[in-house]
Amino acid sequence: MKIHEFQAKDLFRTFGIPVPSGKLAYTPSQAVDSAKGLPGPPWVVKAQIHAGGRGKGGGVRLADSLEEVERSADEILSNLLITPQTGPSGQKVRQLLIEEGLDIDREFYLGIVIDRKLESPAMIFSQAGGMEIEEVSAKHPELVFIEAIDITHGFMPYQARNFFYALKPVPDKDMLKESSAIMSRLYKLFASKDCSLVEINPLVLTKSGKVVALDAKINFDDNALFRQKEIAQLHDPYEMDELEAKASEYNLNYIRLDGNIGAMVNGAGLAMATMDVIKLAGAEPANFLDVGGAASEEMVANALKIILSDKRIKAILINIFGGIMRCDVLARGVVKAAKQVEITLPLIVRLEGTNVEEGRKILKDSNLDFSVAKDMEEAARMVAKQVS
Amino acid sequence: MGILVDENTKVVVQGITGKEGTFHTRQMVAYGTNVVAGVTPGKGGKKVDGIPVANRMKDVVDVYGANASCIFVPPPFASDAMIEAADAGIDVIVCITEGIPTLDMIKTVHFIRKAGAVLIGPNTPGIISPGKTKVGIMPAHIHKQGGIGVISRSGTLTYEAVDQLTRVGLGQSTCIGLGGDPIVGASFIDHLRRFKEDRETNGVVIIGEIGGTAEEEAAEYIEKGFNKPVVAFIAGQTAPPGRRMGHAGAIISGGKGKAEDKISALKSHGITVALNLGQLGKTALQVFKDS
Repeated sequence: MKIHEFQAKDLFRTFGIPVPSGKLAYTPSQAVDSAKGLPGPPWVVKAQIHAGGRGKGGGVRLADSLEEVERSADEILSNLLITPQTGPSGQKVRQLLIEEGLDIDREFYLGIVIDRKLESPAMIFSQAGGMEIEEVSAKHPELVFIEAIDITHGFMPYQARNFFYALKPVPDKDMLKESSAIMSRLYKLFASKDCSLVEINPLVLTKSGKVVALDAKINFDDNALFRQKEIAQLHDPYEMDELEAKASEYNLNYIRLDGNIGAMVNGAGLAMATMDVIKLAGAEPANFLDVGGAASEEMVANALKIILSDKRIKAILINIFGGIMRCDVLARGVVKAAKQVEITLPLIVRLEGTNVEEGRKILKDSNLDFSVAKDMEEAARMVAKQVS
Repeated sequence: MGILVDENTKVVVQGITGKEGTFHTRQMVAYGTNVVAGVTPGKGGKKVDGIPVANRMKDVVDVYGANASCIFVPPPFASDAMIEAADAGIDVIVCITEGIPTLDMIKTVHFIRKAGAVLIGPNTPGIISPGKTKVGIMPAHIHKQGGIGVISRSGTLTYEAVDQLTRVGLGQSTCIGLGGDPIVGASFIDHLRRFKEDRETNGVVIIGEIGGTAEEEAAEYIEKGFNKPVVAFIAGQTAPPGRRMGHAGAIISGGKGKAEDKISALKSHGITVALNLGQLGKTALQVFKDS
């Protein structure tokens, strides 16, 4: 689960990690009021959306006067913000974070991720702050330093020294002390709130010698939300695609893509592989949809309804390998959905596995118009033909 | 032969009295798996289909000689169940549970490794040595005893692959699901090492997916140190970056874990990759027939 920058900064404050003073605003006049209550000029007007690359899309602006604060706020709020991560259609911005502007001396990158290979959390530090860390690692790996964190001991002070004495020039002792404290607090936050990623980019040293988190990004482990009730409440439903939000209500794994073939599959791996064969057959999947290894009739019906409510879709492919989930359950779910919503699109069904004969019979005996594919390859070819 | 589990494996089911636990215990017993006991704290002394239930793992290891465990315990308690199994001296721990917090898993895998046990999963269909035993939830009837080892990160995708192998006449020695989570008990390499020593296994199919770098590491190991032919498939060539594709571990993040990188790593190390899942069986037949 992702949260907004202002929510992440609230958490930083709770854990004693310094952030610039700031206030939220929903309108240009509120933005001006917020700025009046903060040190400045200059101020910074920051769009609050989950997608990254906000700066590149014009969603982060420096303002030297209250008029400029108002104008920037108005422009961001009244236009769709397009960043490298929002897609070409952009995203509406509903809230702004207004912050004091700081005089920056040096910029760093500080983050914690789960390192799958090391099977531990790992802290990443770099003097190339303000840039995308993936890009820095690819082009200048010598500027990126990583410390694996032992999960029983946590982040140790010597690890902060490992970072600092690798820097050129080596920062002064006060900065080492402050940053070391920030690093161990950041790990405390990461571990106690079940984060999957925390990122401060940039962490800045101000001209007055303070170390401050200028930006804040936190992702949480969805699997741990059951024990992070306060974090779960930070979820912003406006950030979700409408169909994705509906699918999650039904406990379905659904992700919207750009194509026009609706796909329903049981199991995540098979669902991905089905998207791939659709593409190999020359068509584009409109979604990833995993009804689960043990879906019920009701879940199948809901899944089909979600696909049918996506107006871009021109043909539907159902690919089921019955294991735990029985093919007759799938068939009943499809028939049930067809009774509630009319299916006018071409429907290709490929069924295999447990109770396949019964499943095929149920579909055949219904008045549904559909084609049967004998295997995955044929299914993909048949569905691609419908849209070519 | 086959690896990790066979007809001599004595299985304890943790969470045997739950709906899933009971259902799959019956399926395992029907396949011929020797389920010697179950454990559900507080239900000790009861029986499920005549199988004795105990409160603690240490009891079933002492009394029934259990050496493998199959876990159907909800996510908040699964870590405790895995560590309890390892502490009681179980050799092979199979955790079916999906949805366990990552930080719990990090603590758990480190403990289990120290204890010297093998963890399969979590979020796995389990392990089956066809014709001998199954410890897990896969549909048994699609399998056939034979000489191909299968290692996969997925569930139904593996059933599809195994079904194709069986249809082209390639039986399996052992099929293992590594688990769909970012932190799992064992890697492709761990099991490839075992298949290398297994006389019954003539070739291996590995089924990967986006996320992490386990396939790239396996590719390097295979070229350097593996002695049998390998066929691979990678799911997620069309998956968008930054989105979790169902499995918690199936996510392209920070530019890492793309299907194309995995496929090119496998190919560059001389491994045959089936690009189309529909052709996996045929591709495997060709590769294993020629060798």
